[in-house]
Amino acid sequence: MRYVDEFRDPGLITRAVEEIHRIAEPGRHYRIMEVCGGHTHAIYRFGLKDILPEDIELIHGPGCPVCVLPMGRIDDGLALAQKNDAIFAAFGDMMRVPGTHGSPFEHKARGTDVRIVYSPADALQIARKNPERQVIFFAIGFETTAPSTALTLMRAKREGIRNFSVFCNHVTIVPAIRAILDSPDMRLDAFIGPGHVSTVIGCRPYEWIARAEGKPVVTSGFEPLDLLQSIVMLLRQLRAGEAKVENQYKRVVPWEGNRAALKAMAEVFELRPHFEWRGLGFISQSALRIRKEYADWDSEQRFDVPETRVADPKAAQCGEVLKGVLKPAQCKLFGKECTPEHPIGALMVSSEGSCAAYYNYEYRKTASLVTEISSVA
Amino acid sequence: MAHGAGGKASRRLVEGLFAPLLYGSLQQSLGDAARVEMNGTPIAMTTDSFVVKPLRFPGGSIGELAVNGTMNDLAVGGARGHSMVVTFVLEEGLLSSILEAEVRAMSNALRRAGVAMVGGDTKVVERSKADGMYITTAAIGSPLPDLHLDARSVRPGDKILLSGPIGDHGITILLARGDLELEADLRSDTRCVLPLVEALVQEAAHGVRWMRDPTRGGVATSLNELARDCGLGISLLEEEIPMRDAVRGACELLGLDPLHIANEGQFVAVVAPDFADLALHALNNAPGGEDARVIGEVRKEPANAVLVSTRYGGSRIVDMLAGDPLPRIC
Repeated sequence: MRYVDEFRDPGLITRAVEEIHRIAEPGRHYRIMEVCGGHTHAIYRFGLKDILPEDIELIHGPGCPVCVLPMGRIDDGLALAQKNDAIFAAFGDMMRVPGTHGSPFEHKARGTDVRIVYSPADALQIARKNPERQVIFFAIGFETTAPSTALTLMRAKREGIRNFSVFCNHVTIVPAIRAILDSPDMRLDAFIGPGHVSTVIGCRPYEWIARAEGKPVVTSGFEPLDLLQSIVMLLRQLRAGEAKVENQYKRVVPWEGNRAALKAMAEVFELRPHFEWRGLGFISQSALRIRKEYADWDSEQRFDVPETRVADPKAAQCGEVLKGVLKPAQCKLFGKECTPEHPIGALMVSSEGSCAAYYNYEYRKTASLVTEISSVA
Repeated sequence: MAHGAGGKASRRLVEGLFAPLLYGSLQQSLGDAARVEMNGTPIAMTTDSFVVKPLRFPGGSIGELAVNGTMNDLAVGGARGHSMVVTFVLEEGLLSSILEAEVRAMSNALRRAGVAMVGGDTKVVERSKADGMYITTAAIGSPLPDLHLDARSVRPGDKILLSGPIGDHGITILLARGDLELEADLRSDTRCVLPLVEALVQEAAHGVRWMRDPTRGGVATSLNELARDCGLGISLLEEEIPMRDAVRGACELLGLDPLHIANEGQFVAVVAPDFADLALHALNNAPGGEDARVIGEVRKEPANAVLVSTRYGGSRIVDMLAGDPLPRIC
C-alpha cells in the first residue's frame, strides 16, 4: 500500500535505528515527549520501544482530546440531550468515555438517542433528516477536527438549519505544551511535534518552544519510519546544541499551515478566557468557543447548561500520567480497578490515551515486571 | 451491546452466567460445537443466531450466512454437518420478496454444504422490534475420524495456520451500512469451510490440535481464547497474516485492527510442528485454500496472551476485542 509500506520497510527502519544508536551520546538519558495521542498510539502499536535504545525515554504528552476532557463536560452534553429530547451525536472515540452517570453508550442503552458519526457533516445530515428533533453534536478535538466543525456550522447557518447545534469542546495544543513546560516536576529534552494538528496550524506556533525554552521540536508523521526519523533529527539537534523547529512530516504538513482551515476556524470560533483540562486544571486561552454570530447553533448559548463540575477519582493519577510525571503502570489503579473495559480515568478510554495504549499493546509483554514495580510503589 | 460483540464481555457472560447455571455437567472447554453421545453414537451439536444489518451485502446475505455459519461451527468443532433446523423471527411489514430471496439463498447454501434442513419455526414481531429478520439455527453432525481437538493438548512449538485473508466480511458490512461513504471492491468471505477442514484432516488429522472460525471479535479474539485455555502464548508475525489491500486500507483509515474484524469463511488451526508442512500443503492445494498460511506459533511466553511481531523487530500485544470496534477520528 503506497504511503504506508515505504514507511514500514524493515531495511529502512533498521538503518534509522542504527543511526539513532550512532548519534545518541553514550551515558546520556534522553527524555522526549510525543505531544500527540496519535503518536503515543503508533509508538505502542508498532512496538517502537522494542527497537529503541533504553536511554531514549518517550514521555506521553497531553494530545489526546478525549483524555483531557473533564467529566463534567460529558455530563453536561448528555444532560442537554436528555432534557431537550435531542439526538446526541459524537465521534466513536467518545462513546465509551465514562460520565458520572455512565458513558454515551450506557445512556443509549437507557434510551437516549445516541448516534456515532464520522464527521460533523454527518450530524448535520441527521438534523436535515429529522427536522422535528434537536441534534446536538458533541465536538471534541484539537485544531485537527475544529475546522470541520467550523465548516459545518457555516453550512448550518447558510442553510438555516435550526434544529442543529454544537456543544463545543475544541481545545488548542500550544497552551497545553506551555502548561507542561511550566510544570515544575517536568524535565524534558525535546518534543516530537503533533502531526495532524500541524496540518492545520503549521510549524510556526512551536517556534517559541525552541527559542524561549531551548527545546528542539520536530513535527512528525505517524508511521514507524516517520517517528524514528524524527528522533534522529531531534538527537542531531541536541548533539549540536541546537534548538529549532523542523518538519519531518513535509509530505502532509505545510510550514504555514492550512490557510483555508484557519480562516474557517477564525470565522466561527474565538478563544475562551479559560477552560478546564482534565489532569492539568484550568488553562487560560486554551479552548475554543462559538462566536455570538453563530449563537443559534451553539448548544451552550441556546440551552441551559448545568455546568457540572466533577472531581477526578482521588485514587486515579491521570494528571501525573498526562503530564508525563508517572508512567501508566505506576498509577495505583492501573490494570486493577482501571482497565479499558472498566475505565476509571479517561486515559484508559481512548485508544490514544497512554494508559489504554500501554495496557493494550505493551502491558502483558512484561506483566510480571509491572507487578513488581507496583508492589514496590 | 458489547455482550454480543464476541469479545471480552461475551466471554464473561458465557463463563460467568451461562456456564455455571446451564452447562453444569460440562467437562470440555467452551467451543463452537458441543459433543454428546446418544446410545453410543457420538454427535456434534451447535446453535447460532444471525442478526446482521443490512440483510444483503456484497458477497452474501443473512440466509446464506446462517447456513454457512452453522456448518462452520460444526466444521471447526471437527464435525461434518448432517441436518439442521431453523427459526425465523420476522419483523411485521417485511416484504415477502425479501423473505423469499433469503429462503432461496439458504436453499442454495444448503445444497452447496450438502446438509438437509429438517424443520423450522416462524415468529412475527411488531414493527421496529427486529431489523427485518433474525435467523436462529441449530444443527447436528457426525465427528470426522481421527480428530482430537482440545486446547489443552496445544504445546509450545505448534504452528498456527490461517485458511485465507482476514477481515473481508467485517469491512464489507461496515462499508455496506453506508455511513462511512467509503467504497471498496470487497465482498464478504461467507462460505462453508468444511471442504477445507476435510482436506486438512485427510492429510494431517493426527497433528491438528485445535480449530476455530474467527467470526465476531476476529482472529485476535479466537487466539486470545486459545491462549487462555492452554495457558501459553501465541506469537504471530504481522507480515505473514494474509489480508487484501482494501481491508488493510480501510483499517488504516479507520484506526481498526484487522485482527479484530469479523470473518465468515475462514478458520484458524493449531497443528503440531511435524505436521505443519503437510497441513499447509493440503490447504493450499484445496480449492479456496490457496491463500492459507502459517502465521505464527505457540510459545511459552507471554503466557495467556497474543503477541504480534513485525519484521523490523517491534512487537505488540493484541487483546480480545472489548466491545464493538469503533473507528477513531481524532
